Amino acid sequence: MQLFRAHVLVCGGTGCTSGGSQEIRARLEREIQANNLENEVKLVITGCHGLCEMGPLVIVYPEGTMYTHVQPDDAAEIVSEHLLKGRIVQRLLYKEPMTEEQVPHYGDLPFYKKQHRVVLSNCGYINPEVLEEYIARDGYAALAKCLGEMTPEEVIEEVKKSGLRGRGGAGFPTGLKWSFCRNAPGEPKYVVCNADEGDPGAFMDRSVLEGDPHRLIEGMLIGAYAIGASEGYIYCRAEYPLAVKRLKLAMKQAEEAGLLGDNILGTDFSFHLHLKEGAGAFVCGEETALMASIMGERGMPRPRPPFPANSGLWGKPTNINNVETWANIPDIIRRGGEWFASMGTEKSKGTKVFALTGKVQNTGLVEVPMGITLREIIFEIGGGVPNGKKFKAVQIGGPSGGCLPESQLDLSVDYESLTAAGAIVGSGGLVVMDEDTCIVDVARFFLSFTRAESCGKCTPCREGIKRMLEVLDRIANGEGKMEDLELLERTALVIKNTALCGLGQTAPNPILSTLRYFRDEYVAHIQDKKCPAGVCTNLLTYSIQPELCRGCTACAKVCPVGAISGEIKKPHVIDTEKCIKCGACMEKCRFGAITLG
Amino acid sequence: MSTQEVAIKDPAPMSSFSKVDAILARHHYAPGALISILQETQEEYGYVPPEVLNHIAKKTRLRPAHVYGVATFYTQFRLEPLGKQIITVCQGTACHVNGSEMILAAIAEELGLQPGETTPDGQFTLETVACLGCCGLAPVMMIDGTAYGQLTPDKTRRVLNDLKTKAAQTKKKA
Ligand SMILES: Cc1cc2nc3c(=O)[nH]c(=O)nc-3n(C[C@H](O)[C@H](O)[C@H](O)COP(=O)(O)O)c2cc1C
Ligand code: FES
Repeated sequence: MQLFRAHVLVCGGTGCTSGGSQEIRARLEREIQANNLENEVKLVITGCHGLCEMGPLVIVYPEGTMYTHVQPDDAAEIVSEHLLKGRIVQRLLYKEPMTEEQVPHYGDLPFYKKQHRVVLSNCGYINPEVLEEYIARDGYAALAKCLGEMTPEEVIEEVKKSGLRGRGGAGFPTGLKWSFCRNAPGEPKYVVCNADEGDPGAFMDRSVLEGDPHRLIEGMLIGAYAIGASEGYIYCRAEYPLAVKRLKLAMKQAEEAGLLGDNILGTDFSFHLHLKEGAGAFVCGEETALMASIMGERGMPRPRPPFPANSGLWGKPTNINNVETWANIPDIIRRGGEWFASMGTEKSKGTKVFALTGKVQNTGLVEVPMGITLREIIFEIGGGVPNGKKFKAVQIGGPSGGCLPESQLDLSVDYESLTAAGAIVGSGGLVVMDEDTCIVDVARFFLSFTRAESCGKCTPCREGIKRMLEVLDRIANGEGKMEDLELLERTALVIKNTALCGLGQTAPNPILSTLRYFRDEYVAHIQDKKCPAGVCTNLLTYSIQPELCRGCTACAKVCPVGAISGEIKKPHVIDTEKCIKCGACMEKCRFGAITLG
Repeated sequence: MSTQEVAIKDPAPMSSFSKVDAILARHHYAPGALISILQETQEEYGYVPPEVLNHIAKKTRLRPAHVYGVATFYTQFRLEPLGKQIITVCQGTACHVNGSEMILAAIAEELGLQPGETTPDGQFTLETVACLGCCGLAPVMMIDGTAYGQLTPDKTRRVLNDLKTKAAQTKKKA
């Protein structure tokens, strides 16, 4: 094997690719050749590093220097300064937002320091399109261990010992689920990977699929061996074209290497894996709907039981797990269930990947041990709320989850604590909201989402969500009554108790949690006819502060309805009768003279 | 993108079903492969023409109502032709909190389009999506596979104007 004195990693995740990382890679390649360094320096395109906001990212090893916001024109300088002369290009280093201090080393960034990467351990380090790179990091060693030294029962025992629970939302113990399917009568048996990731604001599964696809395949192989399945399906949403491409490639490589197909690694274990692309329906993430979709039907859920373990794909025993659940398996087998169980809390073991987004300094993917507090994630890893704004709430678990206020931030992040607080771990989306976010608007946002995605099969979900949304619309328009709050709560409980599938049963959560923690804000909309965050347009008026207005006329020019008038160099005024509240003037004003209230 | 070019080059694809037949044969006319068949059909024509739906039903021995039901259940399938360039605006949580409504409004104003509509010249189609999975760059839109992140209404208008200029230039050359 050829040894290189330096590795240059260029992020090929979706965020960095859209920022031009392919062009950066090409330019770096040219510069490396021009300086005759191709035998000393290796250029690698990797999966996502998780810090998308700072992209495009380039990392140089062995030092672990991270360059942020790299442009194609920076390639020459990185090569001539860093790789030739050994001098770090200071201006491209990450700067601490508070102290402006430069952080040269990847591992020293506060964003990475508190993280504990298991599932993401390869993301951003290896080239996901090269099987050998996965193998070099102990890839497929766990599979070899299973096939060589362990019986299927022992594999299931190890997974039970680890305490791993499903990462797709409900948190069902994985080992137990596997044993149900193993013991269910019927042949053939199927294993399925749920890579539908429909929760808006979540992208951790995408990162694994794009950055480390072989990890998922290895996890599924181990599961298939333990359960006794000979066929498998990965159901990946079509909105992730790069993930689909990388998965297809990885499956082909695994087949060629004898890791998928008949007689794997020379044993009598055979496993065939197929990829199905979703077609855009949130409800297809629900397991019974997902199976219907794999079979080519409309993705409608059906009542359970029977559970998939007894009657799944084509009526046969089927085991469905989420991407992150599968991705945890190889490490559990290789390092032992006890090692995994040493992380986390009593009932929630291991690590969890969260997608930290919204009004937070460092957005991106964070993998942390279960039991960490929300405050640590948002303020220490995430760096807090930007622009000196005040933290208001954090939304956890997407459309099935809830909004938690400041007072709940010291809560331990585990399945039980979050559920008790009215939220859920869910898929792991964490959206931070600041004082400019309106809680009523957020509740409306989630309900319009679930209303649009409801499959329409059961009445409570189809009709109930619509009725709740109407009430919320009323409140946001300043036409709400105090009785509406009670009506919302009552309807929410009925839907929760009677809907057919998880979509309907959890759809009221965003409303219930906001009513529980942010009732004042609802009341302000109803009684004072005010939106404290300045979001609900019908309750707002735009006005110009005369002492700040310079009379530059920019606002008058941009106003689409001619509602702003005034002489040049004199304060302007807005005619509130004509104003359509589009906000264009406020965006244009360079003096901050236009306010909302 | 190849899919849309086909739709333009071949305005009367229904004169024969040879392309769909190839897709159907590849999937052995299996009813279980219906979604994949529809996906590849859309890839081929840029949309799923209603006549083709009937043809697929016949060949897979499914009821036309079933095929139609599946095609309309999933948001991915379109029964009408698309514009040459598809603008997909993210309406996910992170994007919503960071002002995606304003981005959508800016596009609607600039192109005179509501989500789901296509410009009269067949150049742009506007669509929304629940999350593009690059929430770190919110608010985001994707045009022909390229994500544009950290948008402001102004930046959005600039991107659109660049695209319009480019489209006009290619038209002139052709
Ligand atoms: C409406 C709805 C949407 C869901 N979406 C997803 C999803 O996108 N990804 C996922 O892994 N699980 C999703 N689930 C959970 C699955 O039904 C199922 O519980 C999960 O795939 C089981 O895997 P696990 O045990 O590994 O968590 C969803 C559930 C419901 C009710
Ligand atoms: S919320 Fe817009 S990309 Fe995820």
